[in-house]
Amino acid sequence: MAGTAAAGTRHKLTPYLLSLPALAYLFVFFVRPLWVLLRTSLSTTAGSVFDPTLEFSWEFANYSDAFSTYDQQIIRSFQYALAATLLALVLAYPLAYVLAFKSGKWKNVLLGLVILPFFITFIIRTLAWKTIFADSSIVTDFFEIFGLTTDGRILSTPWAVIGGLTYNFLPFMILPIYVSIEKIDPRLLEASRDLYASGIRTFRKVLLPLSLPGVFAGSLLTFIPAAGDFVNAQYLGGVNQAMVGTVIQSQFLVVKDYPLAAALSAVLMIIILVMVLLYTKVLGTEDLV
Amino acid sequence: MTVPVEQQEAIRPGFSPPPLLRRVGGFFLNAYAAFVLLYLFLPVAVIVAFSFNKPIGKFNFVWKGFSFDAWQDPFRYPALVDALEESLKVAAMATLIAVILGSLVAIALVRHRFRGAGGIDLFLVVPLTSPEVVLGASLLTLFLDFGWNLGFRTIVLAHVMFQISFVALTVKARIRGFDWSLEDAAMDLGANPTRTFLRVTLPLIVPGIVAAAMLSFALSLDDFIITLFTAGSTVTYPLYVNNAAKTALPPQINVLATMILVGSLLLIGLSAAWHRWRTRGQVL
Repeated sequence: MAGTAAAGTRHKLTPYLLSLPALAYLFVFFVRPLWVLLRTSLSTTAGSVFDPTLEFSWEFANYSDAFSTYDQQIIRSFQYALAATLLALVLAYPLAYVLAFKSGKWKNVLLGLVILPFFITFIIRTLAWKTIFADSSIVTDFFEIFGLTTDGRILSTPWAVIGGLTYNFLPFMILPIYVSIEKIDPRLLEASRDLYASGIRTFRKVLLPLSLPGVFAGSLLTFIPAAGDFVNAQYLGGVNQAMVGTVIQSQFLVVKDYPLAAALSAVLMIIILVMVLLYTKVLGTEDLV
Repeated sequence: MTVPVEQQEAIRPGFSPPPLLRRVGGFFLNAYAAFVLLYLFLPVAVIVAFSFNKPIGKFNFVWKGFSFDAWQDPFRYPALVDALEESLKVAAMATLIAVILGSLVAIALVRHRFRGAGGIDLFLVVPLTSPEVVLGASLLTLFLDFGWNLGFRTIVLAHVMFQISFVALTVKARIRGFDWSLEDAAMDLGANPTRTFLRVTLPLIVPGIVAAAMLSFALSLDDFIITLFTAGSTVTYPLYVNNAAKTALPPQINVLATMILVGSLLLIGLSAAWHRWRTRGQVL
């Protein structure tokens, strides 16, 4: 009997022992860095110019500095990310529907095509858009015919950056929507049609509500990397398309004004963390990955 | 053979819209989907095509003419090859650590019901939904705080951090819904715990772990933003390309990218074929 009791306790502890290494790791290399970041964001730089040290001093001025100096970049990041998310949604939804219900035996091949870009490094993919959007490329000329370019250029405009962001994060939109549409029983759609609902009504009353978890998950997974990105702005945008990521990156790695850069990062993190927590509160974590 | 459709229409009058319109709608839907796939495919095609370019000057942005030059000398730039090697080393090391830590927590979450499981789930998701620039920046402040030199070690530590969540959630998704009573059956038939683990549990979870390992290896190889913050003077493949973009972009970059693309596709094809061969004749 003692043996069973011991086995019982061991059984109770097992999940904690299995989880411990990963949780400890994430505590040291995810939670703690964020804590240090937060502390840095409230510090001032002391010491000599050649050997600067950081002193924690509740320096909230870093935040007001960050907001007043880089308000444009912060707003721009969220505008671009929102535009890219909406564009990705419009592009992804019909494709996800076709993949889930109408692709038949080609389903796996087409899904492979969706993730194909991932096998080429993010940087090189973004550089490829520089070629595609180059002045007097076929694509640029095509848009020029419709008067959609500024002085015959696409590069160094907001649309080049938004186009790049949409492209790079589109698979993150397609896959969750595909997963949630695929779970829908197609007979529900047929039933709706049989009951004389029009195509639009079927979409609005049956398909869309049932696929909404995928839409939300995809939007979150597209919006977050887009809002923090600086690579697309760096390669496809000009001086006036700098995003908050651009500033964080250059302040940390070039200017080395750590408190200000940390304050900007903290602002970005807090806004996104609130979005994520609201999301998980309503929809849970199941659909996110 | 359009008669059955006509009959259906007769049985359900008022079924709208008429078949022709539906077919046109279906055509547009498919054409739209094809357009989106083309959009996803376009840069890939450009990258592969430009590996055959014969650029004038240092940058490979404008098409100048077809040539096999770069393909005949793909390893011409030793720094590029070194960077790729560095990336492969980082990815191998980080994936190994992340797969062990991530799989353990996944097994805990699937096999056991315990207090705090929901919290752990949420905790694993948060790193995935954090902007990379913040993760990179915070790790940099941590390493500065520790007074560590940036390099291979800090890159690996950073990569493991974001890989753990991917591994845990992928493995979890793959092994959920398995019939774990098979373990009890093995025990009832006299197998000891070690034997049960090796002969029953492991074969069940290995495919999920392999999938997670491939995914996180690819993520590590591709990572630019977090690596930029944690690399110091170490140069990985994406960092090399980023530096090259400022000074010179030879077509060899496209050649290596194409090689990686084709190599990954072959690997996926092989693993799919292997899976089909292993499960041949099975109903599931």
